[in-house]
Amino acid sequence: MKQFLSFVKKEFFHILRDRQTMFILLGMPIVQIIIFGFALTNEVKNARIAVLDNAKDVATLSLTQELEASRYFEIDNYLHSYNDVEAVFRKGKIKLVVIFPQRFNQDLLHLNKAQVQLVADASDPNVANTLTNYARAIIMDYQDRITQGRKLPYTINTEMRMLYNPQLKGSYSMVPGVMAMVLMLVCTMMTAITIVKEKELGTMEIMLVSPVRPLKIIVAKAIPYLILSIVNISSILLLSVFVLEVPINGSLALLVFESILFTLTCLAFGLLISSTTDSQQTAMFISLTGMFLPTIMLSGFMFPIENMPFPLRMLSNAVPAKWYYSIVRSVMIKGVGLASVWKETLILTGMMIFLLILSTRKFKIRLA
Amino acid sequence: MRTLRFLLQKEFRQIFRDPSILRIIFVIPIVQLLVLPWAADYEIKDIRLSIVDRDHSSYSRQLISKITASGYFKLHRYTISYEQALLDMENDEADLILEIPARFETDLVKLNEAGLFMAINAINGVKANIGGAYLRIILQDYNQEVRMKWIQLPRFSPELTIQVTNANWYNPHMNYKFFMVPGILVILLTMVGANLAALNIVKEKEIGTIEQINVTPIRKYHFILGKLIPFWVLGLLVLTIGLLIARVAYGIIPLGSLFVIFGFAAVYLLAVLGLGLLISTFTSNQQQAMLISFFMMMIFILLGGLYTSIESMPVWAQLITKINPVAYFIEVMRMVVLKGSGFADILPQMLTILLFAIVVNGWAVYNYKKRS
Repeated sequence: MKQFLSFVKKEFFHILRDRQTMFILLGMPIVQIIIFGFALTNEVKNARIAVLDNAKDVATLSLTQELEASRYFEIDNYLHSYNDVEAVFRKGKIKLVVIFPQRFNQDLLHLNKAQVQLVADASDPNVANTLTNYARAIIMDYQDRITQGRKLPYTINTEMRMLYNPQLKGSYSMVPGVMAMVLMLVCTMMTAITIVKEKELGTMEIMLVSPVRPLKIIVAKAIPYLILSIVNISSILLLSVFVLEVPINGSLALLVFESILFTLTCLAFGLLISSTTDSQQTAMFISLTGMFLPTIMLSGFMFPIENMPFPLRMLSNAVPAKWYYSIVRSVMIKGVGLASVWKETLILTGMMIFLLILSTRKFKIRLA
Repeated sequence: MRTLRFLLQKEFRQIFRDPSILRIIFVIPIVQLLVLPWAADYEIKDIRLSIVDRDHSSYSRQLISKITASGYFKLHRYTISYEQALLDMENDEADLILEIPARFETDLVKLNEAGLFMAINAINGVKANIGGAYLRIILQDYNQEVRMKWIQLPRFSPELTIQVTNANWYNPHMNYKFFMVPGILVILLTMVGANLAALNIVKEKEIGTIEQINVTPIRKYHFILGKLIPFWVLGLLVLTIGLLIARVAYGIIPLGSLFVIFGFAAVYLLAVLGLGLLISTFTSNQQQAMLISFFMMMIFILLGGLYTSIESMPVWAQLITKINPVAYFIEVMRMVVLKGSGFADILPQMLTILLFAIVVNGWAVYNYKKRS
């Protein structure tokens, strides 16, 4: 035990001595949470649209005003002919063109029927789809307003309630994802270079001739970083609640426990990278460049996992951030307890133990 | 000129001697380009629905079969207890609950009016909005069918309707890969280029070989150019491979000319590599260089408009994107590949990147000191 403690102490000295790196490790998550927490949103708002109004009558003018008044759209341009549509799209700023035909209001009043055409720039299918739906909803509302007063028979009224997030804030789904991403990258990277650095510097030899067993060396390396991670978890949680205004509806103790479990998994993963590579450069490349895109894309916070093809859905199960993201969403926003997240918790625990054992196995007690 | 040639020879040798670097340059981008675009499907479909049916009438059954036939919804559970449905939602097994109250059919027929209740998991606001809209459209259709059944058509004056038709240009099948592949290609190119360039000079500092260069009569800009050109060539090679993969694996053939893409990429790579070299001249060891360049890349990439649209960001974040080369390249790439924009359309972006490249590289040359 004493032996083990002195090893932990040695690792602490390593970290505390390199002030610059420690500062980066503690400061980076804070900056990232603030920037990405605010800037990343899957909402679409203030999209620039253009209007091609061939009618210019009462109905089209008030519809145009309604579009302008919504927070989703900003009318950037009024076009004069159909040929302009192609030109504005090619310039790239305009996402949607609303086209009113001639005699719009007359048709509406006399034929009870008029047409609006929405042309979307679908090079971004998500934005195109969302904007088309928003514009449709605004036009439908307008239609409802002018048909009011005529009570129709056999009407089904639908009451709709948005659970957990009644104001439809984008941050409720993005912030947990950003938390998972930042913790995953920072924690993995922290331990990824510890062992390989000793290999590069040559101090590994000294450790190998000591009677300490590989498991102890590995755990001793993880503990100081775990403490750094707990500092990071606290700053991330504080920022999420007080700066980004995402509530913690569930139990704080459970959330902290799950976060520590997740960071342990990431630290173990970093140790595995560290014991299998032989240069700092490679270790960093794998833990940062190699992990970055898969973490973002397969953890489910940017793209829904249920839409992915089967092999990728399987692959996403191996990404620890996916499970943590789902836990954070459940505990922070839905406010549910361990009863609803026990499966995810068990999986993360299993992953952590597996990675720890694997990195001990891969840890070579002989120099090449 | 001769000095430069020898320097280039040295740099190329150094790169090709290290197989792990070559692997990083080629294998990681290719694998990620082959795998990741499949994950990027934003379309909202297969919404999991729990239905609470307390009516058990022929109307409620018709309604349910109409909903499940639409293709957007997957029936997760059919139950009579709202608590059970809510539990599904808490366990993340259902996205939407539709409750059909008792006497739904009777009320509709006898009282001319009946209510339905819909609860949506709104943690992801966009998904909730669109899912709710889909279901509302289906309910409206169903309502219309019921009316048609009870009222003879001629007696029923047609409702006043605004018909909305929509067209999706440039990507009529709404294929997300067309959208993602050009963007992911840009990101991979950037990550490889900037990180390698950032590590390069600092590595010479760490190993100590920079001293040897400092005592030679090599000029500062020769040195920087010697570092820049090999990665520039490799970058264009990665781009070529990437475009080939886009063509073979995803069937994406740029509408615009390849000449425009490569012209822009050539300038862009100068800017990104210059940025890496600049970081390299500032830092003293590889770990620091890597951390800083990764940190910058992360901001550039996540705020580059690949995943979330730039217009939706707060104003200060939009200002960051003004100096973000990645955002310009992603924009240009999509314009050229999907819309066939030409040189005239991308001229503003081109000039901005050119200015960026000149500033960053000039700074790197200035900042590289031959004295330590």
